[in-house]
Amino acid sequence: MGAQLRLLRRRIRSVKSTAKITRAQELIASSRIIKAQQRMEAAVPYEREITRAVSAVLSNSADTDHPLTVAKERPTSAGVLIVTSDRGFAGGFNANILREAEALAGHLRGRDIEVKPFVVGRKGIGWHRFRGREMSGEWSGFSDSPTYNHAKEIAEALVGAFVDENGIDEIHVVHTQFVSMLSQEVQVKRILPLEVEETTEEPVDGPLPYYEFEPTAGEVLNQLLPRYIESRIFNALLQSAASEHAARRRAMKSATDNANELIRTFTQKMNQVRQAEITQEISEIVGGANALADASAGKE
Amino acid sequence: MAKLRIGVVSPEREIWSGEADMVIAKTVDGEIGIMPNHAPVLGVLVEGGVLRIKRGDGDDVVAAVHGGFISVANNDVSVLAETAELGSEVDVAAARDALQRALASVGADGDDTDAQIEAKRARARLRAAGEEV
Repeated sequence: MGAQLRLLRRRIRSVKSTAKITRAQELIASSRIIKAQQRMEAAVPYEREITRAVSAVLSNSADTDHPLTVAKERPTSAGVLIVTSDRGFAGGFNANILREAEALAGHLRGRDIEVKPFVVGRKGIGWHRFRGREMSGEWSGFSDSPTYNHAKEIAEALVGAFVDENGIDEIHVVHTQFVSMLSQEVQVKRILPLEVEETTEEPVDGPLPYYEFEPTAGEVLNQLLPRYIESRIFNALLQSAASEHAARRRAMKSATDNANELIRTFTQKMNQVRQAEITQEISEIVGGANALADASAGKE
Repeated sequence: MAKLRIGVVSPEREIWSGEADMVIAKTVDGEIGIMPNHAPVLGVLVEGGVLRIKRGDGDDVVAAVHGGFISVANNDVSVLAETAELGSEVDVAAARDALQRALASVGADGDDTDAQIEAKRARARLRAAGEEV
């Protein structure tokens, strides 16, 4: 067997085993997207209710000067929560987030605001470590199936730093929004201080009723706002998890397609080489036989 | 008579929803009973409270609710709980176990607030399950 033939066989075998891995990853990701989507949907009622409750308190009470809603006139430092994944194999998923986060950081620095990264996910942590950048907080190990307790832990750290006098003045979140199976967008949002919008427009589901508060509006707000932040962060984590699976599925699908394409061209090439080898052998045999025949004919 | 539309939700899932005649919850100010056409209220619930939903036909729903809020407006009642568990879902043995452990830690260290909260939660779960504590 020719050396080239052997080489091609070996490459085909190796590409085939890679294709098996990527195909398996693709299937795993597909099944996990559905789970992640269900968890996203399960969280919707709570998000809706808590948003409604926050709007109710803010629109009912005259003094909305809660520490979490008051913007500093000259913010000097901002925390940026960057939600990445723990594992790669997801195409440009993490690269896109980190690029947006860098853009935001550049923008903030342009306004003389110091940027303090809070990073979720091993990929983002690794990225910061590699560049020797200090992180104010890091969490990992749950990017593909976050629970509310994870969100709570992150929110506690962020709100703690925000409330602290020497802490941060703003909190931004950079995460991937799950739009559909095929499209996920990186979103950059400021979550603290909350923006209280003075609006004269009627809310969609009618004007909010005039609530009584137990015990007081201020106390309710004290309890509500941290829960609201937690819920926003939980939403970001869930969206990011679903997006991660969708990105991985897409990346692994194209990897599998490419591998199959490679196998096809290699097989063609291999068959060509095999044919050429056989043709050569035949012509050698025929040539040899002719030469023998000629030689014996010359003797007679 | 008008009915209340009730939703009990936690961040991770909707725990229960349906119609009922009366809801009794425990806010930081004390127990509050909500009947149809109640004035709009937004209240903070206590850690380790028991929520009772009376449905008239004797088929009451009881849930252990840990922290969160109750909001009432236009006969819509929503209970936002950080964690909540229906009485029928409570694992009684596990809850008793948790209560024992929490009480032991409180006994060892009277200032252990985490353990005190843990004990409250375990009690609420047991009460929701209809057990004597």
